[in-house]
Amino acid sequence: MIEVRDLYKRFGKVIAVDGATFRARDGEITGLLGPNGAGKTTTLRCLYTLMRPDRGQVLVDGIDAAVDAVAVRRRLGVLPDARGLYKRLTARENINYFGRLHGLDAATIRTRTDAAIAALDMGDIAERRTEGFSQGQRVKTAIARALIHAPTNVILDEPTNGLDVMATRAMREFLKRLKGEGRCVLFSSHIMQEVAALCDRIVVIAHGRVVADESPDALRAQTGETNLEDAFVKLIGSEEGLAA
Amino acid sequence: MNPAMIVFLKEVRENLRDRRTVINTLVTGPLMAPLIFVLMMQTLITRELSKAEKPLPLPVVGAAYAPNLVAALKQQNVDIEPAPSDPERAVREQDTDLVLRIPEDFAASWKKGEPAQVEIVYDDSQRDTGSSVARLRGMLEQYNRQTGALRLVARGLSPAITHPLAIADRDQSTPQSRSSNLFSMLPYFFILGGFIGGMALAIDTTAGERERQSLEPLLANPVPRWQILAGKLGATTAFAITTVLLSIVAFAFVGQFMPTEKIGMTLQIGPRFVAWTVFVMLPLAALLSTLQTLVAAFAKSYREAQTYVSLLMFVPVVPTLLLSVMPFKVQAWMYAVPLMGQQIAITRLLRGDSVLPSSMLLSFACTTVAVIVLCVIAAQVYRSERLAISA
Repeated sequence: MIEVRDLYKRFGKVIAVDGATFRARDGEITGLLGPNGAGKTTTLRCLYTLMRPDRGQVLVDGIDAAVDAVAVRRRLGVLPDARGLYKRLTARENINYFGRLHGLDAATIRTRTDAAIAALDMGDIAERRTEGFSQGQRVKTAIARALIHAPTNVILDEPTNGLDVMATRAMREFLKRLKGEGRCVLFSSHIMQEVAALCDRIVVIAHGRVVADESPDALRAQTGETNLEDAFVKLIGSEEGLAA
Repeated sequence: MNPAMIVFLKEVRENLRDRRTVINTLVTGPLMAPLIFVLMMQTLITRELSKAEKPLPLPVVGAAYAPNLVAALKQQNVDIEPAPSDPERAVREQDTDLVLRIPEDFAASWKKGEPAQVEIVYDDSQRDTGSSVARLRGMLEQYNRQTGALRLVARGLSPAITHPLAIADRDQSTPQSRSSNLFSMLPYFFILGGFIGGMALAIDTTAGERERQSLEPLLANPVPRWQILAGKLGATTAFAITTVLLSIVAFAFVGQFMPTEKIGMTLQIGPRFVAWTVFVMLPLAALLSTLQTLVAAFAKSYREAQTYVSLLMFVPVVPTLLLSVMPFKVQAWMYAVPLMGQQIAITRLLRGDSVLPSSMLLSFACTTVAVIVLCVIAAQVYRSERLAISA
């Protein structure tokens, strides 16, 4: 479970996150939906303690990120916006590196890596050096790497960014699977259909503020629009940055 | 396993797979210093030897006006050559090193007993001419003295009256100390070796990691940032130290075969030299690696980091130049200054001068303290938010 309370973060004169409050529950997929520049990435970066918020509180499974950042990171699996791999290492070695940094033993890493390779259908690339990987292959490796420690909470920043149709479908299936395993899944997106198809709960964020935090159905009811996209436009007050 | 150790092993493994880095660390860095040095020595030795033994080729203008002088020069192993039509131009354009010009009125002045002028035409800015000019001048002076003495004797005077002073040279230099200026450059080559060895990793583990967008996922791991930094610094230092070690060993090996004794120089490149040089260079290699990492961490991109780190390479030149251009008396405190201490220590070791173990320890300790201070600064830089963000 991830809780964000009154999060506030500014860079110079730009207020990136302006008092955001929401909650992502275990066994649910929570979508952080907003146009480009709404503050999604900054919010997530505060969650996985890459940044310190100027104000507000981040709780992961009840642990305060400001108090014990390392313990928070231990409970999170993170697929950041930046998902670079080490190109001179194989996919398996990339995964192995993070497993070791999480303090896992070799046998556990091996079992989990094999499982992830099967689940993400990446058997053909596992022993290849990641130089020259396609975008989809890179994302798969990055996900396997981020989840090697079987975290209860998973944060993904625009996970389908740059993926083709097939890879996007596979990614959605994978997120549902994580949910089925009882994990708390929080991902950001600016793509309406994606959020509508996947999420149990939608947190709409605009100009650093949470403008809605509902289930898809409640969201339609709240705005009086039957179409979720219209509901979204109505919420953020403009069509700016909205991808079809 | 300690997270810093995991980072260390991964960086070493990854960079060992990069052929260019490996070649720089194991070949280019270590061999560059000894090779440049050997080439320099060889040129110098060959030149000195050939100059001293070979006949001196000497174009002479107006040789006919002073047949006796020319004959005396020939006796001293000078090859008299026909003169070029324009001696000044020939010298300027390096067609010949020097030209001796005997004016038309030489014989007339000579017979009258007045000083008869001869001219040596040469270009002092040409490195090669110095010893030839000195050789010719020595011969002319000798001829001058001989003839003068003969004239005095002919007038019934003792030649001794023209020498109220008898000057005797008592040179206190040793073969080693004579070679010292040449060797004051050597420490810089070792330092440069360390620089080259650590450079690729310093950039790859900081700016490179950020540019390929792998730093943010890395920092999402449950490991304190300073431990990640420690692993990266350790890997960079390990590469730099490998290069320095190989460089010193390669130099010691190659140095054995340099025929320095032919020009009266002796190098002290024994186990003592190797052991102490390694001892003072170890913390310096760490210092350079930390400095490189720190500088590269500020860079926004790989390219920018390369520029910064390359500029940094000129920093160690400063003490080298300072010490070779304005030689000053070595004071004990100088060993405490990183770079300068190593510079002095290695030069003195090579010359076979005494170096106190306490001075070596001082150099080691002070450089180590500098390393620690830089590490603390680097750790502070690593704590900043700006560092982690890729784009």
